[in-house]
Amino acid sequence: MTSAATTSDTKAQTTARERRERPSTFALILNNRLAAAGLVVLGLIVVTALAAPILPLADPNATDPASRLAPLFSENHLLGTDALGRDMLSRLVWGTRVSLVVGFSASLIAALFGSAIGLTAGYAGGRTDQILMRLIDLMMAFPYILLALAIVAILGPGLVNALYAIAIVNVPFFARNIRGITVGLARREFVDAARLSGKGPLRILWSDILPNVLPTIVITLSTTVGWMILETAGLSFLGLGAQPPQADLGSMLGDGRKVMFTAPTISLVPGLMIFLIVMSINLIGDGIRDALDPRLRSGASARPSFRTRVAKGRETPAGDTGRQPGKASGSVHPPLPAGISPTRGEIDRTETSAAADLPPCGGDARQGRGGSSRSDKDDQSVHPTLAVRGLETQFHIGQSVYRASNGVDLTIRPGECLGLVGESGSGKSVTAMSIMGLVPSPPGVIAGGRIGFKGEDLTDASNARIRQLRGGAVSHVFQDPLATLHPLFSVGDQIVEAIRAHQSLSTREADAKARDLLDLVRVPNAAQRMKALPHELSGGLRQRVSIAMALANDPELIIADEPTTALDVTVQAEVLRLLDGLRRDRNTAVLFITHDFGVVSEIADRVAVMYAGRIVETGPTAEILTRPAHPYTRMLIDCVPVMGEPGRRLDAVPGRPPAVNRLPAGCAFADRCPRVESDCRRGEIPLEEKRGNLEARCLHPLEAGEALSGDVRTAATTSDGTPRHGRSA
Amino acid sequence: MTATIARRLLAAIPVLFGLSVIVFLMIALIPGDPATAILGSYATPENVARLNASLGLDKSLPQQYLAWISGVLTGDFGRSYALNRPVIDIVMERFSATLLLAGASLLLATVFGLLAGIVSAVRQFGFADKAITLAVLIGISVPSFWLGLLLILFFAVRIKLFPASGMVAIYGGGGPLDILHHLVLPAITLALVATGVIARLTRTAMLEVLRQDYIRTARAKGLSERRVIFRHAFMAALVSVIPVIGIQAGFVLGGAVYVETVFQWPGIGAMLVNAISQRDILLVQGGVLVVAASYVLFNLLADVCQTLLDPRLK
Repeated sequence: MTSAATTSDTKAQTTARERRERPSTFALILNNRLAAAGLVVLGLIVVTALAAPILPLADPNATDPASRLAPLFSENHLLGTDALGRDMLSRLVWGTRVSLVVGFSASLIAALFGSAIGLTAGYAGGRTDQILMRLIDLMMAFPYILLALAIVAILGPGLVNALYAIAIVNVPFFARNIRGITVGLARREFVDAARLSGKGPLRILWSDILPNVLPTIVITLSTTVGWMILETAGLSFLGLGAQPPQADLGSMLGDGRKVMFTAPTISLVPGLMIFLIVMSINLIGDGIRDALDPRLRSGASARPSFRTRVAKGRETPAGDTGRQPGKASGSVHPPLPAGISPTRGEIDRTETSAAADLPPCGGDARQGRGGSSRSDKDDQSVHPTLAVRGLETQFHIGQSVYRASNGVDLTIRPGECLGLVGESGSGKSVTAMSIMGLVPSPPGVIAGGRIGFKGEDLTDASNARIRQLRGGAVSHVFQDPLATLHPLFSVGDQIVEAIRAHQSLSTREADAKARDLLDLVRVPNAAQRMKALPHELSGGLRQRVSIAMALANDPELIIADEPTTALDVTVQAEVLRLLDGLRRDRNTAVLFITHDFGVVSEIADRVAVMYAGRIVETGPTAEILTRPAHPYTRMLIDCVPVMGEPGRRLDAVPGRPPAVNRLPAGCAFADRCPRVESDCRRGEIPLEEKRGNLEARCLHPLEAGEALSGDVRTAATTSDGTPRHGRSA
Repeated sequence: MTATIARRLLAAIPVLFGLSVIVFLMIALIPGDPATAILGSYATPENVARLNASLGLDKSLPQQYLAWISGVLTGDFGRSYALNRPVIDIVMERFSATLLLAGASLLLATVFGLLAGIVSAVRQFGFADKAITLAVLIGISVPSFWLGLLLILFFAVRIKLFPASGMVAIYGGGGPLDILHHLVLPAITLALVATGVIARLTRTAMLEVLRQDYIRTARAKGLSERRVIFRHAFMAALVSVIPVIGIQAGFVLGGAVYVETVFQWPGIGAMLVNAISQRDILLVQGGVLVVAASYVLFNLLADVCQTLLDPRLK
């Protein structure tokens, strides 16, 4: 009871917190200091202009030849007088009034007609839409101000005609934006429903579509009002707008120009006023736009940077980054029971010739490992290629800290492949990208831990050193090769670039080497394919290109972040086999990130399972696949389809992982775990050796071969030691 | 490649046709009697009759258009009644000066806009970004006709570094250096808004590109940050900035009206303003047609450049 009460309490708190973290649009505009300043300035100007008739101002048109061209701050004339002796302050206020009225009227007219056209075109579709939009396009084919001039030329100079001209040339902006939104809305269910209920098109447009389009109209207005005020003033400045004795800010500026050299303030003051009005409107418009931008609202806008920020004074665990702690002194790679990697066996049968030089992974691989014997690799005297200790990579967003990688240890020796497995959001990619500092900063921060690469702590390394290692000794293969290859450069160019970043070769030599690399990864017609752009290749070929690029400088460690996820199944198998063969031939260490245990079983020697930023279980692949100790691992493995067992449930692990900025005390998996007991929620649970070579972060681990079920004992007996995941061929 | 360019050229033909129809309709749309509007209310009846005949106003609109467009295509834009010269001569004379000014401004705007946008994006939320963002905001809010006056007062009157007006010195001017000297202030004035717009959109495009996976790949290859920014990110961002530069060409050509008036630059913009004030409709018609057509061609050029840069658009 009490525990249930507390959970609901915390839930209530979190939603309240979320609400507080998401301020309203108006609050966001006010929060934006510049937008708020714009609002204040514009407000003052508008209020003053509105109050002009009741302000104690001189008659703006009263000439006084005796005191013409009075300077600023003279008696009775704060802003001086113009060439006819008229009071500039009074003229400024009244001129502002005219300019604002004309500018806002033009905006409203443009908004009204533009929106009407946009709504009609978007809703009617078909030929109406085509004709209207062609006309709009044609209007936009004219330089903006030129079209306004042509309209004034037709109608003749004058303030009202200038107003019409500016309104007309702004109609296309509204028509286009509103049409775009309306086209989307017209296909929505609620519009269909309105249509079926017998509403006429005009009523639907008015009561169903217009309310949804209104925000777009407001945004378009906020971005064009400034322009329209500026352009109407411009036409008046040219003498094509306001005609004497009528005056707006533009015509005042134009008049003042005639005495510019003797009394510059007469033209500069109205110009300054135009500038203030337009600037404040633009500031407000930007504020509105930013406030409506969801990316800015959540506060998560990743700034691209060369390298992930490493926090100063971070906590680093004691212990050698070059050596594995003594605990794992036992056999890290026990022999794999026969028949455990049958998928491999299937491939062997179907493609015997290819399999000959591509030995299967796991225990059987020992013979094929080009002379390097198993004992070699297990020997503690061999320094690990990669030794990550206590890695803490966090995202600092607003006031929250997301612990994406929360004290992770990883060890990979030369020639070894470690599979890092977990659901999306478990922190596996962030952990892997932290190694070479490829997590975007901000918001990413490496807050603690060490990243040992051949005994060197990379968190302390200089930027130059990191650059030297990237693509050199440590290379990456990423998930979706269409997104990760540059779309505008040929694949040959991109490989050559990778080579020349680290080797001083001539273009021709690098070119030849790139071709060899493409041959190596079995890209047919390598010489021709060099010139191809990424989008001209198939998914499998693209990923081969990525692998070729990763191999360009004989890396000692390849970090492969879900390299097969974006590919279809047959291509997946080919790419996996290619990677596996290459790392064996070259004794390259591989960190292989995936969410798919099927893939893990084919390539990894050891597996580390991540959950909510922590390693929850690690051990040899065979052991983990057949006899996992952590219930989470068991559930993940149960998600993999098995050939010949079509009836098997394939549900994903029910529930969702906890948010890593609000981790619960104790086991993070407790809420989803069928074996949870009260002690699971009490405190930190260490990663401990459970049996044999398995280490798990669990207080109630599964016994060997035990399945997850309501009744644990029956499940254990039925499975009878036979691994449920066994993929016997 | 040739096929692509040819296709774009063909696509521009309907647009040019549409433009010519709208420009042609200028005269038909004039409220009241066009001939009186063109010649002024003091025109003699003989002159009005002669103009009506030469404009073919007694015929149907399509017939009038055909007569007009065949004249335009052979370089006959009619006669300016205010200046008593063929429209084509005046327009071409003036247009070359405008092209020089607009071209220089667009060049300035492109170079500085791209640079400012790149710096701003790379230093997002940093001091340089904030400074550039504010400068851009000011730049796109300043009325160019006011900025021109400020520049004249400071650079021409106060420190006498650049001339205040004209395209060549009245006495003994005319060389390229002299023109360049006169070009500096108007070109800067005209470039300001376009620079701001280009900088703003370059920043947005760069930020978008810098978040892409292929930029992470470029960094993971061990490329220098300069190469990542200027080759990998900038080239990709440029694809979406080029159409913006094309649109800015229109704003520069239009904005030339103000700047030419302020600096008395002998371009087509200043000519148009005078022609409108004097109701010299045929001159306005010719000027608008030439500037609008050149804008279409410039956008065509931008389009072709974009296709050359991004082969996926073919």
